[in-house]
Amino acid sequence: MHYSALKIFLEGLTGNRGWGRVWREPEPKPAYDIVIVGGGGHGLSTAFYLSNEFGLTNVAVLEKGWLGSGNIGRNTTIIRSNYLLEGNQPFYELSMKLWEGLEQSFNYNAMVSQRGILNLYHSDGQRDAFARRGNAMRMTGAGAELLDRAQLEKMVPFLDYENARFPIKGALYQPRGGTVRHDAVAWGYARGADRKGVDILQNCEVTGFDIADGTCTGVQTSRGAIRAKKIVVCAAGSSSRVMSLAGMRLPIESHVLQAFVSEGLKPVIPGVITFGAGHFYISQSDKGGLVFGGDIDGYNTYAQRGNLPVVEDVCEGGMAVMPMIGRARLLRMWGGVMDMSMDGSPFIDRTHIGGLYFNGGWCYGGFKATPASGYCTAHLLAKDEPHPVAAAYRLDRFRRGVPIDEKGAGAQPNLH
Amino acid sequence: MIIDHPLLGPRDAAEFVVKGDASLIDRPDGLAEGAGDAFHDYLHLRDNPAGVHRELWYHEHGDRSWLVVTRNTLTHEVLKVELARDAARARGRSR
Repeated sequence: MHYSALKIFLEGLTGNRGWGRVWREPEPKPAYDIVIVGGGGHGLSTAFYLSNEFGLTNVAVLEKGWLGSGNIGRNTTIIRSNYLLEGNQPFYELSMKLWEGLEQSFNYNAMVSQRGILNLYHSDGQRDAFARRGNAMRMTGAGAELLDRAQLEKMVPFLDYENARFPIKGALYQPRGGTVRHDAVAWGYARGADRKGVDILQNCEVTGFDIADGTCTGVQTSRGAIRAKKIVVCAAGSSSRVMSLAGMRLPIESHVLQAFVSEGLKPVIPGVITFGAGHFYISQSDKGGLVFGGDIDGYNTYAQRGNLPVVEDVCEGGMAVMPMIGRARLLRMWGGVMDMSMDGSPFIDRTHIGGLYFNGGWCYGGFKATPASGYCTAHLLAKDEPHPVAAAYRLDRFRRGVPIDEKGAGAQPNLH
Repeated sequence: MIIDHPLLGPRDAAEFVVKGDASLIDRPDGLAEGAGDAFHDYLHLRDNPAGVHRELWYHEHGDRSWLVVTRNTLTHEVLKVELARDAARARGRSR
């Protein structure tokens, strides 16, 4: 079924009885060409691009819970392509381009809203760093403007410009950044893949890999054994747990990132705003809630909830940059489990086990990467060579001494 | 989380910074055969279990001691706290 304005009109006349299911619920087949472990954003987008761009449709997505039960439904929905390093920025710019055409390509309303992202700077040194970053962004066509205080004040007059400790001097502005309805991304990709014949198997937990002579030939699941020529694990958050079933240790720790949403308010915040002196970022959802977050908690955890010291830290950041939100009441808060890698950058690579591929280590940048991650993973699976913009995301980059460390923090996952 | 410090008693987790997996105590011998690979694994590869995990915590806003905290990563329950010095000596480290 194709969604269109005409369809809405016709369904409106006929009592909305003809919409049908968005995707099938098939039984697992004994074998597929490709099995994707993990039915989150990256797994589903991989399935979508495999079936829609690379013509591979004998594919299954195995999801332990329900579709989108992990981080695709737990993030703060921000998209941006404002990275600095060569290994990262072209990849995130590809992702931004895919976001821009996403709704047409999968015929689903994901509410892609390019309302702009402002990264505030508070010192001369930080302005210089942002000028450099902005130039790197412009070289990949991402677009960036360095705003001074007068220009910024015209856009967002409500910031605490005269803050005694962290005065706001201006911002790096990416007009193409914005927000996307995150659940709809999972549903749209699932539907787009399903329409091409991809089997999406929910409540199907992988319990082991069939590995013989250094080659992976299938998986054991809670719904029986499934053979496959190629298997890719897209289970960020639980990457270490899943890959340990194949006997692998990863350069990854699992950490929790908390997010918050306030009661619904009238429109106050035009785009996405990030604090440059602490860790705080905020946007306003279409329902009016202020959606915000900050730093990870900093200790290994698989519990999808955090602790109070970080709540306090996030709220302090918010109050330092825009005191007006102090009266808003918090509606909900939650946590999501991140793959924090040793350099803050992800992996899209083969493993040393034949037929077994890995996508993970997204730190807390996984949502914005969803389209490009799926596209590049599909490219790797279909052609057995990395996509040029994802060629640096190799598992052996630490051994070779070429990490992609945006923050320059070294092999300390909780600092990225 | 409350960390029951062996010398100071119960302390708020906010006073600490977390270094990570307690295996970081076992620094490889830089002069041994295959030291390059050993250091790669030591520095970059981590056990990341869902369940009981031993990790290094540093009491930065306290007495600046290094602790080995045994914690459940599924429940945040703190099971055991010991001085990293004692843990390292128990593994045969002299200093």
